[in-house]
Amino acid sequence: MPKEAIIQINELVTHYGKRQVLHGINLEVHHGEILVILGRSGCGKSTLLRHMIGLAKPTSGSIKIKNSDITKLNEDEMVPTLRKIGMLFQGAALFNSMTVGENVALPLREHTQLQESTIRIMTRMKLESVELSGFEDFSPAQLSGGMKKRAGLARAIAMDPEILFCDEPSAGLDPVVAMGIDQLILKLQRAFKMTIVVVTHELASVFTIADRIAMLHDGKIIAHGTPDELKASSDPVITQFLNRIADENEINSEQYLKLLVNEDPN
Amino acid sequence: MEAINRFLAHLGRPIVHFLIHLYRLGAMVNGTLRWTFVEPFRGKPLRYRAIVAQSVRFGWDSVLIVSVISFSIGLILAMQAADQLKPFGAEIYVANLVSVSLTRELGPMMTAIIIAGRGGSAIAAEIGTMKVAEELDALQTMGLNPLGFLVVPRFLAMLIMLPALSLIADVVGIFGAYLFSLSALQINSVRFLDQVANALVLKDVITGFIKAIVFAGIIASIGCYQGFIVKGGAEGVGKSTTNSVVISIFLIIAADVIFTALFYSTL
Repeated sequence: MPKEAIIQINELVTHYGKRQVLHGINLEVHHGEILVILGRSGCGKSTLLRHMIGLAKPTSGSIKIKNSDITKLNEDEMVPTLRKIGMLFQGAALFNSMTVGENVALPLREHTQLQESTIRIMTRMKLESVELSGFEDFSPAQLSGGMKKRAGLARAIAMDPEILFCDEPSAGLDPVVAMGIDQLILKLQRAFKMTIVVVTHELASVFTIADRIAMLHDGKIIAHGTPDELKASSDPVITQFLNRIADENEINSEQYLKLLVNEDPN
Repeated sequence: MEAINRFLAHLGRPIVHFLIHLYRLGAMVNGTLRWTFVEPFRGKPLRYRAIVAQSVRFGWDSVLIVSVISFSIGLILAMQAADQLKPFGAEIYVANLVSVSLTRELGPMMTAIIIAGRGGSAIAAEIGTMKVAEELDALQTMGLNPLGFLVVPRFLAMLIMLPALSLIADVVGIFGAYLFSLSALQINSVRFLDQVANALVLKDVITGFIKAIVFAGIIASIGCYQGFIVKGGAEGVGKSTTNSVVISIFLIIAADVIFTALFYSTL
């Protein structure tokens, strides 16, 4: 596999108010791979993803997508880059006021000069590729959770993006449907040679799809490598995560007492 | 000293929050104006279909309720006026009183209050729900600006439909007074209409029109803004929806006072 970087993140630092969320992230995504960003809830992985698609601006650092630094682009300059990426949101984020077909057709209608008949055919093809053909005229509210995700995926790939971002693609789905989504992601990578970045904490999903894993913890990347490399790691945070071990609560009785009577424990 | 500090902090925080909201609202309105007047000339045309759809929603769908309420108001005004004018034998002036107060004041204001409750709240709830469901983020990642895509059509629809609706309210309200005068005051039809035609001058219609446009701007901008600042889930949407109605009605009345005073002293 070629090791050419399509996304390069350099020393990315970001804050929510005064709280620092990302502490100098360095990460490369290679052409044609599926990179999974793995981490516990609240570790900053969704924040990192929001920065990668330009929905948030960092405090410092750079994110280069195909050699253009998106942290320095304004809204107009961002549009050409946005056309090369697709995003599957956690809740699919389909527009409820439109039908499924209109949702998939929207990027085509907005960004291309294609004939309406061509757009209709392309919409059908995209829905077909996520196994939702015949659902064009359904409203998103009529779809099940897994179907919504697949429709969201069809919309994300409507413009044939080079990079696809997925935020928790299997969250809230039963294992069978979740596996279906994973298979679909693999199919897209193979069929369209897409680069895919997935943010998740579902272990089952990670080892099915990942070419490489980046493990995020407390706003830092503590490890990255192939699934096998991570499995072999002896880092306590990684082994705890991969072996599903709960946090141990070390209770210091004296501190706990102070906490109860509301004195500063330190 | 500490007490004073605490008092000032207590006072200062809401003021700072208010100023932040005011600044963001201003930025949103500024962006909306840019997407209405500048971007269409830079190859990002207005969404006529969306404007029509929103106009039907805010305008056509509200014609019945606006008519019923303004008919009742015309009737109420006529009855109250007749009661006061009867001792002077001046019942015919019911026509003047009702037509002028409706076109200058009550027509635009009542319509605006109805639409703030019907349309403004709908805008806030809709945009708020879209924000909660990440639909606004989805728009942005598709390279579509939420201001151009969502706010501008609602803004323009409001600006077109509210003056139109308040015109309907004026006519229907005067019709209510006309029916009352005809049946209860035995004023004949021609005299009443003649009296209305004499009482109303262009100025009355124009001041009513200006008010309606300002009210439309208030309803659309507060509705959209309250939608954008929704935080949390369903509860946040509910809170913003309520706020949009309360704030809009307050601002409508405040603007009405200012405009009436202005027209009173200058026109």
